[in-house]
Amino acid sequence: MTWLKRPATETQITHGQRLWLYVLSVIIMILLVTPTLIVIPMSFSDSQYLEFPPETWSTRWYQFYFGSPEWMRATATSLKVAVLTMIVATPMGVLAAYGLHASGVAFVRAAFVLMLTPMMVPLVLVAIGAFYAYVQLKLLYTITGLVLAHTVLAMPLVVIVTGSALKSYDMAQENAARSLGAPRWKAFLTVTLPQIKFGVITAALLSFLTSFDEVVVAMFISGGDNPTLTRNMFNALRDQIDPTIASISTIMILVTTFMMVLAQTLGRDRRAQD
Amino acid sequence: MQATSDTKPEGLSPPASTRLNEDGLRRDGRLERLALFGLSSPALILILVILVIPVGWLFYVSFVGADGSFSLENYERMINRKSYRRIFYTTFQVSFLTTGLCVLIGYPLAYFLSQLPDRLANIGLITVLLPFWTSLLVRTYAWLVLLQKQGLVNNWAISLGLWDEPIKMVHNMTGTLIGMVHIMLPFLILPVYGSMRAINRDLMKAASNLGAPPRRAFWDVFFPLTMPGLSAGALMVFILCLGFFVTPAVLGGGKVIMVSMKIVSNIELFVNWGAASALGVVLLVLTMIILWVASRFLKLESLAGGGHG
Repeated sequence: MTWLKRPATETQITHGQRLWLYVLSVIIMILLVTPTLIVIPMSFSDSQYLEFPPETWSTRWYQFYFGSPEWMRATATSLKVAVLTMIVATPMGVLAAYGLHASGVAFVRAAFVLMLTPMMVPLVLVAIGAFYAYVQLKLLYTITGLVLAHTVLAMPLVVIVTGSALKSYDMAQENAARSLGAPRWKAFLTVTLPQIKFGVITAALLSFLTSFDEVVVAMFISGGDNPTLTRNMFNALRDQIDPTIASISTIMILVTTFMMVLAQTLGRDRRAQD
Repeated sequence: MQATSDTKPEGLSPPASTRLNEDGLRRDGRLERLALFGLSSPALILILVILVIPVGWLFYVSFVGADGSFSLENYERMINRKSYRRIFYTTFQVSFLTTGLCVLIGYPLAYFLSQLPDRLANIGLITVLLPFWTSLLVRTYAWLVLLQKQGLVNNWAISLGLWDEPIKMVHNMTGTLIGMVHIMLPFLILPVYGSMRAINRDLMKAASNLGAPPRRAFWDVFFPLTMPGLSAGALMVFILCLGFFVTPAVLGGGKVIMVSMKIVSNIELFVNWGAASALGVVLLVLTMIILWVASRFLKLESLAGGGHG
């Protein structure tokens, strides 16, 4: 155990003196990860009480989930809304970020703050505001309404992520393309866009996840024929501990992890090219 | 520095013929900038229609009384009724406690991670990012399952002899705080970690060269340099807590009532838009004041970047 006496940092504090920090940190890391991961084996438990480790294994909660038309419809709605949100929010946000980045008019800063408002206004307020607006616009309980509201929620993320990608990009390259005769849109598509690709992909995946995970707004404006998965989950949670939720949670963890791994891999491509 | 200013020396002024085009070029430039700005209009209009205008309408509704005329009754209710004062008290209590616990738990972990070599630090960061990606609802559900009376925590604690009877850990303040801290931790750790990584380690070397013992070097040199990240993270956590709904609604079991939950029940149960709007306006104004005050000390961009980056 000589390493305990060795200095750990520039200040010559030894590993032994700050052993407590290592122990504490490992405990915190375990506490951060396990609660979510432990749901996965529990979802395969046969018992109503979700034991860990399960005494008898079974897939009954999955069978129930996949056999339930109600849950299936909610899942389909959530996926449809998340994909559509990604398709609407990404180009809209990228255009906005590019416009704000390139234009340099006096009120860009004000516009940028407006873009960030969906992040600053408490979600509950966004939800009841959208609820009221949708009653007037006849968009309540529609897919369109959900997609538009989720697009608003995703907009700050898309603008921030794309904006920071644009910041590390040299606009002179686009100007060079234009001075060689390319129209602006073509210069953007062929010169700028490929270089901010990673930012755009990350933004797209984040807008998918924003929509897929969103609860509070969906609680108010989804329903009727189109409740989202999260809305149904939340309602089920308020009543009792339904083991079906464990299987749905497992599937949601897989979907999110898949999306994030996708973002990381596509991101590494860029770094390899650089 | 006359050369860099706008007034050009007389000898370099352009010939009269090009000066004629200057106005036209400037107009073209302005039009192009406006056209570029126009690219952001779809997003801006959508935010206006779906967020800003409805919230403005809620603001108006909050000043309309039950009889349909202008009144402050929705706000007076918050001051006069004990139940409303309690809700605000609970909201601040939960927000302060969550923020405090996040700082106490998150800071040491961020410190630990920032001292690791890159590769190990990235692996460690996954433990922070994994819960960050995972759906809020899933994490809340996980705690509900773990902390319930027949749950894992109670069963293990009893079999280890830590306590004899199952302890009630959900559907109360304890459960709410555990869930909230777990959900908010990444929002604190990521900006703190970022600011720690940016610190020049030579400063610590210099401090100990000058005779500072490790503890003194930490508190006098390292800690002050992490303050921007720490305050940005704590601010983010506090603001998110103020308006939080899902976790306290599920883990609080009706015993922890925060402002956002009262807003929802005012609409869902009592269909009282005036009362709900007034609460919403107070929540929004509180958030804005905190952000405004913070923006005088902090760069808010770092906040937004730390959000979901």
